Amino acid sequence: MELVAPTREAFRLLFTGDPQLWRIIWTSLYCSMIAIALIAPFAIALGFLIAKVRFPGRRALVITVQGLLSFPTVVVGLTIYMLLSRQGPLGFLHLLFTPEAMIIGYMVIAFPVLVVFTLSAVQGADPRVYETARSLGAHKLLAAWTTLREVRFGVMASIFNGFGRVVSEVGCSIMVGGNIAGLTRNIPTAIALETSKGEFAQGIALGFVLIALALGINAVLSFMQGEGGMT
Amino acid sequence: MTTLIRWLSSALAGLLVACMPAQAADDIRLATTTSTENSGLLKELLPKFEAKYGAKVRVVAVGTGAALKLGENCDADVLLVHARPLEDKFMAAGYGSVRKDIMYNDFIIVGPKSDPAGIRGSKDVIAAMKKTATSGAKFVSRGDESGTHQMERSYWKEVGTQPQGAAYVSAGQGMGQVLTMAGELQGYTLSDRATYAAYKDKTGLEILVEGDPRMFNPYGVIVVNPQKCPTVNNKGAVALADWMASAEGQKDIAAFKINGQQMFFPDAK
Repeated sequence: MELVAPTREAFRLLFTGDPQLWRIIWTSLYCSMIAIALIAPFAIALGFLIAKVRFPGRRALVITVQGLLSFPTVVVGLTIYMLLSRQGPLGFLHLLFTPEAMIIGYMVIAFPVLVVFTLSAVQGADPRVYETARSLGAHKLLAAWTTLREVRFGVMASIFNGFGRVVSEVGCSIMVGGNIAGLTRNIPTAIALETSKGEFAQGIALGFVLIALALGINAVLSFMQGEGGMT
Repeated sequence: MTTLIRWLSSALAGLLVACMPAQAADDIRLATTTSTENSGLLKELLPKFEAKYGAKVRVVAVGTGAALKLGENCDADVLLVHARPLEDKFMAAGYGSVRKDIMYNDFIIVGPKSDPAGIRGSKDVIAAMKKTATSGAKFVSRGDESGTHQMERSYWKEVGTQPQGAAYVSAGQGMGQVLTMAGELQGYTLSDRATYAAYKDKTGLEILVEGDPRMFNPYGVIVVNPQKCPTVNNKGAVALADWMASAEGQKDIAAFKINGQQMFFPDAK
């Protein structure tokens, strides 16, 4: 197996701005970012509520959400596929094999990640922040906002972790997106396809992009945490 | 550098093999196209061979292009593929030691019942594909360098045009998934008859074009050259290839039916 030539070709593809390759990268980024942006407000709010409010069934909810963290993404894919299929209850929407279908899948996959990370960030915060804000006359919502601002690095970590999980996700992407060239082909599904074709250059190039993204996210995270810890 | 590459690639291949459950030394690794696996032919055929020969056959079902690549990299012992020009190139380069004709089936164009391009009953694959291209209807392509994809591309080349933009759905997946997708999107696709028969009920697609001699689809079995790949199970590979071409194997291939229809037509010499 030749490794040098495909790797060289991979860099050529990356730096000559090969439109197909960048289209794939764009699909990955676009779908992941939209999904996270849409689901983050709800997930963060729920994470905060579970952390702060005592209600019956809270413990069960925490266990459920934590369990969902390890929920296989292909099962998410299967469920959404069946819902969106022509014979499925939402078939009339004609969403199967579209970027929108992938975004729905990513939202489901990212949701528990965001909830759990926010939950532990808020639990780790000094409870006096919320109480002080309340005693100073702040409305509950404003006090919650103050607390979330206090733990913003934890909340950012939850967002980055959710993003990291969906951007590298292949099972659900290929099932509900269909790996259609120029439409729903993203970085992970393209790598799977190129490997099955026995053509490695594009796979390697995309692998580099994915690794760079993962490293970049981690670097930003640890940079922020470092800053947060010091101030 | 070359040593490093050698080492890395053998490590990769080792990893591949390690992923297979409980591999015995005399197991035979068969790399084949998705059509033989998806149609259920191998499930019918291989147990008979395994019982007779006393070894397991491990099937890796990929596109023809990838199957040949597995052979080139010594990651398979024997190949069952269908892309004659590529097979000839493979043999000429010395990657295979023996090639035998085994069987053929044929390609068909399938599509939705409503048939928006109006190609039903055509006996001319080129004319029919031209109609689908100009009608604006969706055409789902394998897009994975498989034998079927190569066939489809050779047809478009003859047509001189092909569906544009969103009408051309390049799926990059196996025949089964592509048929499912064509059913979901109510589009046309080129399929081998065997896989279509297995997916007919699930997709609701219908055969619209068949019987053009240009849609003939021959399969060959290739034994990976032990001179190039000393680690392959040559004995097992030769046994499997010989058995497929034997009177017994050929009879079993002809006996394989889906919904009472013969799927593959033996043609070993």
